[in-house]
Amino acid sequence: MARDVAIVGVGHSRYGVRSDVNIGELAWESISMALDDAGLEQRDIEYFVVSSVGGWSSEYLPAVVIGEYSGLTPKGTARVEAACASGSAAVKLAYDMVASGSVDIAMAIGLEKMNESPTPTVVEFIGRAGNYFWEFHNFGLTFPGYYALYATAYMDRYGATEEDLCLAAVKNHYYGARNPKAHFQKEVTLEKCMSSRYIAWPLKLYDCSPITDGSSAVILASGEVARELTDTPVWIEAIGHASDTANLSKRDDFTYLRAARLAAEQAYMQAGILDGYEMYKYFDVAEVHDCFTIAEVMAYEDLRFAKPGEGHKMLRDGETYIGGKIPVNLSGGLKAKGHPIGATGVGMVAELTNQLLQRVEKDRQAPIEKGRAIAHNVGGTGHYAYVTILSLDRPGR
Amino acid sequence: MSREEKVSQRELFDKQMKEFEEFVESMKDSLGLPTFPDMKSGALQWYDQRWITTRFVISVEGIKEFFDKLIDGKFVTTKCRSCGELYFPPQKDCPKCRKSDMEWVELSREGELLTYTQINVKPYSFSHYDDYIVGIVRLPEGINVTAWIRADDPSKLRIGMKMRLEIVRRKPENYITYEWVPAEE
Ligand SMILES: [Zn+2]
Repeated sequence: MARDVAIVGVGHSRYGVRSDVNIGELAWESISMALDDAGLEQRDIEYFVVSSVGGWSSEYLPAVVIGEYSGLTPKGTARVEAACASGSAAVKLAYDMVASGSVDIAMAIGLEKMNESPTPTVVEFIGRAGNYFWEFHNFGLTFPGYYALYATAYMDRYGATEEDLCLAAVKNHYYGARNPKAHFQKEVTLEKCMSSRYIAWPLKLYDCSPITDGSSAVILASGEVARELTDTPVWIEAIGHASDTANLSKRDDFTYLRAARLAAEQAYMQAGILDGYEMYKYFDVAEVHDCFTIAEVMAYEDLRFAKPGEGHKMLRDGETYIGGKIPVNLSGGLKAKGHPIGATGVGMVAELTNQLLQRVEKDRQAPIEKGRAIAHNVGGTGHYAYVTILSLDRPGR
Repeated sequence: MSREEKVSQRELFDKQMKEFEEFVESMKDSLGLPTFPDMKSGALQWYDQRWITTRFVISVEGIKEFFDKLIDGKFVTTKCRSCGELYFPPQKDCPKCRKSDMEWVELSREGELLTYTQINVKPYSFSHYDDYIVGIVRLPEGINVTAWIRADDPSKLRIGMKMRLEIVRRKPENYITYEWVPAEE
């Protein structure tokens, strides 16, 4: 039988264009913070999983490079890749190692240094994230382009507008402006978003997350060890996971992400919460994968916070600000906090842990009443999906 | 700006990179090191002195019929002889029934537009093109085909419109591929 697993320490670097640090230094910011938070030494970490996609950065084996720099050598390690959901995959693997009894304490470290390459090269790498030969090689799709295919279909079917999408950017910049670790700490107006240039029609500059450097880390421990280490463990209640076709052309519908829906259903099943389109009722706060504004709209629906076709109405009605049905992306989200690909999923779990423990900046702290939070992390264009539920209550107790 | 004067994203980027590299070379001449302060933060950066060009060699042996037929102006794909499953892109093996006994069948050349976008900010290897439109079209057989759409303005397209597939030579690389053409106004 699987053991209960708790988060006992988290770390999160400042996200942004981090020309002031190299890969090892960037990872160390989060690793040292997580060790301090947990009150642990490197020798206590029995295994560390590193999520990093790379290609745009110089170090080909980031796991051992940051292991050496951070004093985690000679503990076992591996790098994992699930595109933009790599971080959640790392958390899942670390979770499984602890739950299975393989180790008592494991660390998941997310890392990406994207700005070691010029922008057109990074655009090229991310555009190749799908099916290289049949999609990219002949037709030059980009990451914004793939999501634009969803935006076009969604807007056509449900009557959502470019303004609706921009509302997600306005909200996430509003909270990003209150997060000292965010890439963009400036509010934007609806007008500014609407007047920005097209990147991949109908998505504009302010619909898109930036090219970001950053790191994040979480330390997981078995229930018994967690109890010894801390009075405030945050439990991992559920992790749902799914994938979808590499070729977007193999999908039937471009108004939702099937993998995200499946991952959400799995996570809800594990947590024993299943009913209806008001799933927000179970949570105090959510971090969802808003790599593009359309992705946030689809996330509301795929998580069943809203019925299909009604996600954009939550934005119109301001339901995802603090005080609404459920505050979403109080960190600023990928949109404003930034999207260092491999770090994003671990960063979401770190952020939600801090939210549940009520230790984020006051003006972006969700009221914690239910003691539950949810992370929705998508890799590629719905290629991978992980939905993670965190709880202040020990599962099943 | 008139069409003749239009500078491609590639020309712009290459020009910027050339200026940047000249700057680093001048730093190297005076310092003996390829280091320079980052334009925004002032943090010291090292400019990599080793670089590679990546270009892959990909086997198409298992689906060579697709390309043979494309040369003849035909658009074909694989259908499993054992279970009847139709695949696009074509593939050699049928994971559904775990047999590898495919027949090549010709596909419809008309379908309905499912969704589309225009790529404005391009990847480096596509940065020599003007903005291009990419769409996914559903064929009557129930499979979808992604390709460029020959049109200059995405706002003139609409979901559900009829599209016709044409086999074309892609310039300037000059290889045979296929693209969608709106089949109605
Ligand atoms: Zn078959």
